[in-house]
Amino acid sequence: MDHSYFFELFLGGMTRGSIYALIALGYTMVYGIIKLINFAHGEIYMIGAFTALIVSSVLGFTGMNPILILAIASVLAIFFSSAYGTTMEKIAYKPLREAPRLSALISAIGMSMFLQNYVLLAQTPDFLPFPDMIPDFKFLQPINKILNSTQFVILVTTAIVMILLTILIKFTKIGKAMRATSQDAKMAQLLGININKVITVTFIIGSATAAIGGVLISSHTGQLNYYIGFIAGIKAFVAAVLGGIGSIPGAVLGSFVLGWTESFGTGYISSDYEDVFAFIFLIIILIFRPSGILGRKQNDKV
Amino acid sequence: MLRIENIKTFYGNIQALQDVSIEVKKGEIITLIGANGAGKSTTLMSISGIEPPRSGKIFFEDQDITGMDPDKIVSLGIVQVPEGRRIFPFLTVRENLDMGAFLRTDKEEIKKDIEYVYSLFPLLAERKNQPGGTLSGGEQQMLAISRALMAKPKLLLLDEPSLGLAPIIVQQIMDIIKKVNTENKTTIFLVEQNANLALKIADRGYVMETGRITMKDTAKALQQNEEVKKAYLGI
Ligand SMILES: Nc1ncnc2c1ncn2[C@@H]1O[C@H](COP(=O)(O)OP(=O)(O)O)[C@@H](O)[C@H]1O
Ligand SMILES: [Mg+2]
Repeated sequence: MDHSYFFELFLGGMTRGSIYALIALGYTMVYGIIKLINFAHGEIYMIGAFTALIVSSVLGFTGMNPILILAIASVLAIFFSSAYGTTMEKIAYKPLREAPRLSALISAIGMSMFLQNYVLLAQTPDFLPFPDMIPDFKFLQPINKILNSTQFVILVTTAIVMILLTILIKFTKIGKAMRATSQDAKMAQLLGININKVITVTFIIGSATAAIGGVLISSHTGQLNYYIGFIAGIKAFVAAVLGGIGSIPGAVLGSFVLGWTESFGTGYISSDYEDVFAFIFLIIILIFRPSGILGRKQNDKV
Repeated sequence: MLRIENIKTFYGNIQALQDVSIEVKKGEIITLIGANGAGKSTTLMSISGIEPPRSGKIFFEDQDITGMDPDKIVSLGIVQVPEGRRIFPFLTVRENLDMGAFLRTDKEEIKKDIEYVYSLFPLLAERKNQPGGTLSGGEQQMLAISRALMAKPKLLLLDEPSLGLAPIIVQQIMDIIKKVNTENKTTIFLVEQNANLALKIADRGYVMETGRITMKDTAKALQQNEEVKKAYLGI
């Protein structure tokens, strides 16, 4: 048994899992609050990545420090993704809040197709190169084979995002209001909680973490096109369902489980089936635990 | 304080309230009694803005609140303890209370009020870190009332607080309602199927049948009324 290969797959799976987790959070939080699978969520991630690409291309001409460019690009990516996410909620979902769930779901699929084609027309279908702005860290050189700088940044950033989000959800007033709304929206209203604001905040958080994921994965793969949101979106959705849709720890756990499954599956079995492992695993989990690994049967989510 | 004028409320095409008019004066306890399905809960939901009436008007302290958003209505001082208590099951007791104080910013006063509700219901203090869903029915009702009190209501709407509870607990809850009314000067709008209980602590009462108000009088007079005795008091 080759230990270094095992660790390479392990950390590779964790990196994938981190990206899935950053996207899956948006699916699971939105589902927790408005019981909608936001099919266009992958596109929000893609728009975040494109925003970062455009910003970094422009700033690249100024000769600015790449780390500074990456920081500015990430902030603007978060801003634009959040703007798209909240706007989408207002025009495509809010008017359908009292309608049957299927109507909102179809509206979400429509939104997804609209945003994909909108970026396709603006940016062509070709893969565009994404600049590598993450420096090579000296301290990683000894283990460069199993963990490179970009992966390291992905893991650390994801950990920080998860910690901040946990603090927000557990201890802040708006976090408690989000949990309360997901458990009983009508009761939340009866206590003076404005659920429109809660929904907007939920979309902002989900879009922001997706944007961070978009910037990170593009730095990792070095390229992007209009379609990356669709693939990653489906994977993250699978991860959210695996963990128990509506549950935040579930989404994170499901994402890591999925990341490792794919990484070890391709590493030890065959890379031809990369995208199949996710779905086989999903089916197996759902047979034994229909509400997901950490899913609850009741109405609580978030 | 609260004036409901000829409201009609619908669920889709089904009319649940037909020209309901009710007046609540500052400081009193009024009760709305009636059989299951009469429209009592719908009346409270109309006041709270969750099921706004299709026609008619609702005034609170001479301000028209018809069709106002629920959170705005709470901010004016109308707070409801809905039927079935609706405790947030996965929030702790303490977090449920925090949600009651959602619109308030006076941190020090909030702390004092939490101590106050703990003094009303010492059990809640013992269970403050427990998820609301693990409480018994009686404890949940205590928490639901406490949570509403955390909003510092001027008018407290209570929907069947006695439902499904043991007689001793019911008595304890009725005592607290009376106490909140006399000590905090909170006006109470009490909806009950248990007319006996409600008429005992109320100043005035309304009787509702299939979406209409059919009687209104002082609680004493309603207790003596032959029709009320037969239909609602089981005498
Ligand atoms: N969400 C709802 N959708 C449709 N009809 C409802 C709904 N809630 C209540 N109703 C109907 O409205 C009428 C009044 O109900 P409700 O106000 O709950 O009565 P009460 O509280 O006096 O038992 C009943 O006929 C009931 O079936
Ligand atoms: Mg009722």
